Amino acid sequence: MREAFFVELFKIFKKDKNAILITGDLGYRLLDKFRKELPKQFINAGIAEQNMMSVAAGLALEGKKVFVYSIANFPVLRCLEQIRNDVAYHNANVKIISAGVGFDYGTLGYSHHATEDIAVLMAIPNISIISPFDNYTAKIAARYVYKNKGSFYVRLSKDKINDLVKDKKNYDIKKPAEIIKGEKIAIFSTGAIIQEAIKTAEILSKKNIKIGVYGFAMIKPIDKEYIRQIIKRYDIIFTLEEHRINGGFGSKICNIISESNNKSKIIKIGLDDKFNFFIGDKQYLMKINKVDKMAVKKYILKIAVKNYDFQEKKCNKKLLNKL
Amino acid sequence: MSSQKLAWNIRRKALEIIHNTRSSHIASVFSVADIVAVLYADILKFNNKNPKWEKRDRLILSKGHAGLAVYIALCESGFFSEKVLNSYCKNGSYLQGHISNKNVPGVEVSSGSLGHGICIASGMALAAKMDNKKHRIFTITGDGECDEGSVWETALFANHYELNNLTVIVDHNKMQSLDFCENTLKLGNLCKKWEAFGWKVFEVNGHDHAELKKILKKQDKKKPTCIIAHTIKGKGVSFMENNILWHYRDPQDEYYLKAKEELEKEKL
Ligand SMILES: Cc1ncc(C[n+]2csc(CCOP(=O)(O)OP(=O)(O)O)c2C)c(N)n1
Repeated sequence: MREAFFVELFKIFKKDKNAILITGDLGYRLLDKFRKELPKQFINAGIAEQNMMSVAAGLALEGKKVFVYSIANFPVLRCLEQIRNDVAYHNANVKIISAGVGFDYGTLGYSHHATEDIAVLMAIPNISIISPFDNYTAKIAARYVYKNKGSFYVRLSKDKINDLVKDKKNYDIKKPAEIIKGEKIAIFSTGAIIQEAIKTAEILSKKNIKIGVYGFAMIKPIDKEYIRQIIKRYDIIFTLEEHRINGGFGSKICNIISESNNKSKIIKIGLDDKFNFFIGDKQYLMKINKVDKMAVKKYILKIAVKNYDFQEKKCNKKLLNKL
Repeated sequence: MSSQKLAWNIRRKALEIIHNTRSSHIASVFSVADIVAVLYADILKFNNKNPKWEKRDRLILSKGHAGLAVYIALCESGFFSEKVLNSYCKNGSYLQGHISNKNVPGVEVSSGSLGHGICIASGMALAAKMDNKKHRIFTITGDGECDEGSVWETALFANHYELNNLTVIVDHNKMQSLDFCENTLKLGNLCKKWEAFGWKVFEVNGHDHAELKKILKKQDKKKPTCIIAHTIKGKGVSFMENNILWHYRDPQDEYYLKAKEELEKEKL
């Protein structure tokens, strides 16, 4: 996805000399084209993220369109107050791009597991969050954040995911995309982990259980009305994210559902409130943390299907309410 | 084990492990190998049977991406087995790609985000002062890491609190992650900068064991110490030296064989 994003961004940069890319000493290979072909629009701010973020705000306040790049937690947690005070509060035209999120850098260790970034930024006003879930939405994200003034955070996975969005003509990054239509049960997901949701749906479809899958690129702000309409069609919604359960995407969906009259049950799947002291590749860490396809399948079978009468096409509400 | 032998072991084993696990930062490990080796062989007081021994000296690797160098030194110093070492970067291992202290005996502090470890070291040095303890605190930072403001915040702090039990070693290989420091953020004369912050500063060849040993023993009466260690990123394998590619790349095929051949020639 990160490649798809930066290929698109490069095209934009070639046409707009006022667009500036600042990196925190990262982006070897990925940003080479910017560095070599557009040196006037490329700045390496060194390993100094706090300064980098405030400089970005300064540049933006003077009319530049600024893209800030780093990996994992560095462009968010390392300079959080700079984001809040200098970027968001000033409504600065700064786009923060993090590549390598969730467990993308699994073996590099805890410092490189970006698993709280959504939660902290969810709490800050004036900043939008986009978490593309395939190459296409990554590309659209590049265009969208460029075109729309203001502060954005774009969370990019290292995974290359073939286009999942089917109806590209009508695709609106602000709205969830229906990837698979389902019955009664749906998974809402964001970012690369949507692949696990899709695989789960494929496995369960063989058992004649039709799980819907919806991909969310923009997760802040979120189109509440649209979500309420989707959830009307389902009894149980699972949210799936490569991020902590606390304060993340699932929490956001929960809030929306709790504010509506809809009685859909919502179950959040994400990372527990604890650090991993061990490492591993992404698949391994997803498995151990019970967010991979097998775990999602288990959740669905245990929680949803067991309590669901497929003949009557009705949930056993009594059982469900015990969850 | 002599520091020379330990340094060679660090490089040789790091090559093998990084090759096998396809992990990164080999050049950063090679850069710091001699410093880490001299510390463990000749300077640090520790007890491998009792890693939490109160009177031990503390080593905090602030440039956590070179954690493998410390892991190997710890293994060679009897803190854990070769088997544990070889789990580095594998699924389920506690030996994380950036140094981590969780379930790893001998590692004081976890790092990985640059510009943290050195500040934790100041805190530990201050605690030792408060409790009138005599152990020393050593911390190793990268020169690129010196871009971080927090490094200079702690430079002010340690001077103010007269943390003469603290020694910072800057692995000054003149390179960082995309380019040379000179082409990223000019560091200027690092010695003068640290001096201006009130530190006792020494300049050494970071691959000269005798020199390192001599300087690392020094401790000022009042001032914290900063050792600017001139090093070569990738030191020990000709094609890795001063080549940014080896910040990332893992040696495979002919690169692996060539690196192995070069190191084997230097075997003690
Ligand atoms: C806060 C932070 N930003 C960025 C990185 C990514 N990173 C890892 S190593 C490195 C370069 C480090 O250069 P230096 O400190 O000179 O160490 P060297 O590897 O050259 O010895 C960077 C930018 C990081 N680990 N932490």
